[in-house]
Amino acid sequence: MNKPQKKDFIKPKHINDYPVGPQFEAGHLADINAGWRTVRPVVDHEACIFCLRCYIVCPDGTIFKDGDKIGIDYDYCKGCGVCAHECPKDAISMIKEEL
Amino acid sequence: MEQNIFISGDEAVAHGVRLSRPNVIAAYPITPQTITVERLSDMVECGDLKAEYMHVESEHSAICATMGASAVGARTFTASSSQGLLYMTEGLHYCSGGRYPVVMMNANRSVALPWSIYGDHRDSLSLLDCGWIQVYVEDAQEALDMTIQAFKIAEHKDVLTPMMVNLDGFILTHTYEMVSIPEQDKVDAFLPPFQTENKMCFENPKNMAFSSQPDDNTEFKYQQNEAMFNAVKVLKQTNKEFAQSFGRDYGDMVEEYRCDDADAILVTLGSVTGTVRVVVDKMRAEGKKVGLLKIRYMRPFPEKEIIATAKKVKAIGVIDKDISFGYEGTVFTNVNSALAKANSTVLKKNYIGGLGGRDITKNEIENMFNELLTGKLKKDGEHVEFFNLKVAIDE
Amino acid sequence: MSNMLDIKKITPKNITDKELFYGHKACAGCGGSLAVRLALKVLGERTYAALPAGCMSAVGFIYPQMAFKNNAIITPFPGVASMASGIEAGAKALGIEDYKTVAFAGDGGTADIGFQALSGMIDRDDNVLYICYDNEAYMNTGIQKSGLTPFGTKTTTTPAGKNLPGSITHKKNLFEIIAAHDIKYAATASIGYPQDFINKVNKAKHIKGATFIHVYASCPTGWGTPTHTSVEIAKEAVDCGLFYLAEYENGEFKLNKNPKEFASAAEYLKKQGRFKHMTEENINEVVAQRDMKWERMRRKWL
Repeated sequence: MNKPQKKDFIKPKHINDYPVGPQFEAGHLADINAGWRTVRPVVDHEACIFCLRCYIVCPDGTIFKDGDKIGIDYDYCKGCGVCAHECPKDAISMIKEEL
Repeated sequence: MEQNIFISGDEAVAHGVRLSRPNVIAAYPITPQTITVERLSDMVECGDLKAEYMHVESEHSAICATMGASAVGARTFTASSSQGLLYMTEGLHYCSGGRYPVVMMNANRSVALPWSIYGDHRDSLSLLDCGWIQVYVEDAQEALDMTIQAFKIAEHKDVLTPMMVNLDGFILTHTYEMVSIPEQDKVDAFLPPFQTENKMCFENPKNMAFSSQPDDNTEFKYQQNEAMFNAVKVLKQTNKEFAQSFGRDYGDMVEEYRCDDADAILVTLGSVTGTVRVVVDKMRAEGKKVGLLKIRYMRPFPEKEIIATAKKVKAIGVIDKDISFGYEGTVFTNVNSALAKANSTVLKKNYIGGLGGRDITKNEIENMFNELLTGKLKKDGEHVEFFNLKVAIDE
Repeated sequence: MSNMLDIKKITPKNITDKELFYGHKACAGCGGSLAVRLALKVLGERTYAALPAGCMSAVGFIYPQMAFKNNAIITPFPGVASMASGIEAGAKALGIEDYKTVAFAGDGGTADIGFQALSGMIDRDDNVLYICYDNEAYMNTGIQKSGLTPFGTKTTTTPAGKNLPGSITHKKNLFEIIAAHDIKYAATASIGYPQDFINKVNKAKHIKGATFIHVYASCPTGWGTPTHTSVEIAKEAVDCGLFYLAEYENGEFKLNKNPKEFASAAEYLKKQGRFKHMTEENINEVVAQRDMKWERMRRKWL
């Protein structure tokens, strides 16, 4: 994978289950960020020209190249809307999340 | 063959560091530590020591740089004293919490104000809670030997805790003595290169020095405390191995000197031990039953050893080159706490002196012993005395 | 720049797909996190990153959520440059090859509390790229004034009221202070011009020795701007001349962007909650300062 993904994390049960000092596996994610989102970006692949502006400007790196299409990792997208705002073709809409 | 050369305590430490083959040295100059870092610079320049010598712009950077190097698995050394050690304080806690086994030489020196470049123990004793192993040495040979041992103790996988080798400013740092320099191949056999899993590497990348939530923080601190207790076993084993390899045995957490049938003993830290040793011999020759308990390690603290010695004697005096204002000397507080836990009824007294480099004389030590031998305090209930004040004070 | 011609340009098409700063807890629309993300994509996996106390360390290392895929470490607040120097020295001494050491610090961690160590790092010419993500205040602690907070900014320690216009001091001239060390390479950048930032990181990556990039990075939380305008507002700062894109190399300054005409500074300021209170007189002072700076830069650097 090109990016870290959520892993199951078992909370230490014995003191020896803790790492020695505060150091841990790089890129270990125990949690997703989807719950932060009130709106979600949705790509109109017809309108998208694959200029990759959205991919470059995403602060969370959740936009990725899915073959020749733009993909979004909704587990980690926070819904900031930078991608939609920066899109030169208005090909990304921010849609209200159903709660 | 070990070579005997006539060098200062600071130089002895430099030789100990050289023989330990550190990868990175970062230090900022401060009197009376300077000779150590000057010699190390010489050794790097002439190729006797293959290490990165970093000219950092402060003590804070010295401790940060050594931690950074330690975090990628390098063996690291720094040296400081007094104000410089205090300027490192944030990093000292950080270093022990991060479990980076940095070794430091601290030239014990008074703390401003008033300014004084001379020795006492207020710098390191005020930092007992930083989570560093603290050892105090009596002479230049012990300074060299403990520098080598310090790397082995600090880097042990069950310890991974930084260690501070303390030697008295000027009295040890600048006094010349005959010192035996161990052979490199024997040191190499005693102290192999640093190996650790607790590092950033590209085969197994790490995120280090992270934050923990209230749900985990206590566990990390418990673990750190356990590591300090593990150091007790490791430092004893290290002393034993060192004695086997080099023929010099310093005892473990403490060294008892003529305590077995003693009525009164003095508890010491650092170079004053040598003076007390001489006084003990003199008074013993006069038939007075006195002894000496040299504390070598202040952290971890030799609680069991102190209790064991106290059981043999009637009176204990603690010499503190230190004062915790509004209370008493810090060594005394620690000793007294151990005695209290054992319900000891031994007579005890705290002698505060040697501050800012004032000499502690044989006469003064003899007076302490004589007071302790009477079995009662000169002044009822006065457990703490500043000895050798040069002026009258209101009673 | 002749030696740089051989470096392959990194573009959105060829930049690595790997995300090295991921799953962090930065606020939505965080400009600092974009700067860190892009820089790491340029620098690659064989990177040691050092970050002092501050937003990016607070959001990236919450056990057991580790947001850096590469080696990364939090440092004491004043010690990011010195710890990065130590990492570099340690790696060098151990014979580790083919890697880069980078420090990421905020404006306070760079221009204020971390400045001494940074100066030492540059003095020693340690092989570290230092990136200051400048969001113009201590955001992690709740928006307090730093040495890079501009005149007129309302922060929680420079309130704007009857008597004060917010911050009464001007932004320290960090870039030129760094350049005055005769550093091998220093640059300013903005997340509003991401390709320019990527190019500069890529250039610094290939220089052995101390390098420095000051990247303007918006903070919707501290600036009072909508999350979706984070990149736009950082671009507008450059377009209105309140920030500038420049490089210092081989002892020479270079202006990368020299607009014939500035966009309206007043418009840039009025969009942000932190400047909303500013009077015309305050804005005129900001513009006058800007014009003086540009007059000098154009006179000396062109």
